[in-house]
Amino acid sequence: MEKRDYSLLGQDAERAVESGLAAAQWYHSDIPRPQMKALMKRSDQPAIRDAVILFGAMALFAGLGILLWPTWWSAPFWLAYGVLYGSAMDARWHECGHGTAFRTAWMNDALYQVACFCMIRNPVSWRWSHARHHTDTIIVGRDPEILAMRPPALAQIAINLFGVMDVWRGLMRMMLNASGKLDPQEASYIPQSEQPKLIRVARIWVAIYAATIALALAQASLLPLMVIGLPRLYGAWHHVLTGILQHTGLAENVTDHRLNTRTVHMNPISRFIYLNMNYHVEHHMFPMVPYHRLPALHDLIKDDLPPASPSMLAALREMWPILRRQLRGEDIYLRRDLPPTAQPYREEFHRAALGQPAD
Amino acid sequence: MADWIDACAPDDIDQEDVIRFDHEGRSYALYRSLGDEYFCTAGLCTHEEVHLADGLVMDYTIECPKHNGQFDYRTGEAMRAPVCENLATYKVKHEGGRIWVQI
Repeated sequence: MEKRDYSLLGQDAERAVESGLAAAQWYHSDIPRPQMKALMKRSDQPAIRDAVILFGAMALFAGLGILLWPTWWSAPFWLAYGVLYGSAMDARWHECGHGTAFRTAWMNDALYQVACFCMIRNPVSWRWSHARHHTDTIIVGRDPEILAMRPPALAQIAINLFGVMDVWRGLMRMMLNASGKLDPQEASYIPQSEQPKLIRVARIWVAIYAATIALALAQASLLPLMVIGLPRLYGAWHHVLTGILQHTGLAENVTDHRLNTRTVHMNPISRFIYLNMNYHVEHHMFPMVPYHRLPALHDLIKDDLPPASPSMLAALREMWPILRRQLRGEDIYLRRDLPPTAQPYREEFHRAALGQPAD
Repeated sequence: MADWIDACAPDDIDQEDVIRFDHEGRSYALYRSLGDEYFCTAGLCTHEEVHLADGLVMDYTIECPKHNGQFDYRTGEAMRAPVCENLATYKVKHEGGRIWVQI
């Protein structure tokens, strides 16, 4: 397999710009404007309801965890609280970053700030990183959010089920930013005018973590860190599990989300935690559509998409043989068939794709 | 001196909506507010040159369909990241049953 350079400053980044893959025109399913407007329409009500459920459940589970601390009876409540803190907040970071959760801007911004803190993702840096992910989805050297590269670093992904890599990188970046500096890659996609905001947020977070650690030391107890900080580790598994289904094993360097993104049917609890991002092809094609209208969007365009994976388990089973072959050095990806009702893949759009489709 | 260009009929744009208008190789976005006021801006987002006519109009904002950046379409002011650069705006008049843009 040809070695790929996933760095944003490397030779694949230059190649993507030269070949026209960067900031390219992408395929979109046809939706008449009146229907698109109805799908894009914003509303506060669904996100207020879901935020009340989320923060109510977090308060309940953390409260019971604190009451039962330090006995093992507290463990189930911490596990539930952890998933809401370390995984549900990933989806809130994402949806509020797009500005689509609420109609009211300050509500989006407030939940975005809370979610960024929980996930240890600087709200300025990650807004720009995610904009690039949408411009250049899974374009090698351009997309800063490629989770499983080729060959896939499965050990890193596995330990990240407990947030280890994310938290390490998040804390290191926070300390760097708090010192007034930016990582060179991050500086490549964040305008200079935004950089002072990034540094200010990092300094506020350092103060919050320092206060939490000081309280834990003063009480000689892990309890403050069980509420703030550690749930990013022990509750990360759900967002890593759902996140890996989004693009892994599919094509790189293509300009059709049907080739590099996966929609997966999921149970209602996972969909609440994940804010319907299981409809991921639909989200990438039309990022203006709020999470609560993605099922309707899916119904509208499903005949133009590869069939959705019927479950998380089915998606993992589909992905696993591809990852194993990539680990052995094969340069392959999963290319899924379209239904006869769909517009065909336009080969000229993804001729530059590296690798071969698996049989 | 900029010319007044006949852009469209008033009802070509729905209330609280936007349409694309091309003239001499350039693209513009024409807006109609809920109060039947008409406005015109450059047609492409200042962030990554996406057509704003595919975006969402809410009150007096236009949201880009690609990255959800927002502008006030009356003034062109960039209101929400990832847009940082303001949009160009153009004068509009409603006259003789047509919408005219000064370009």
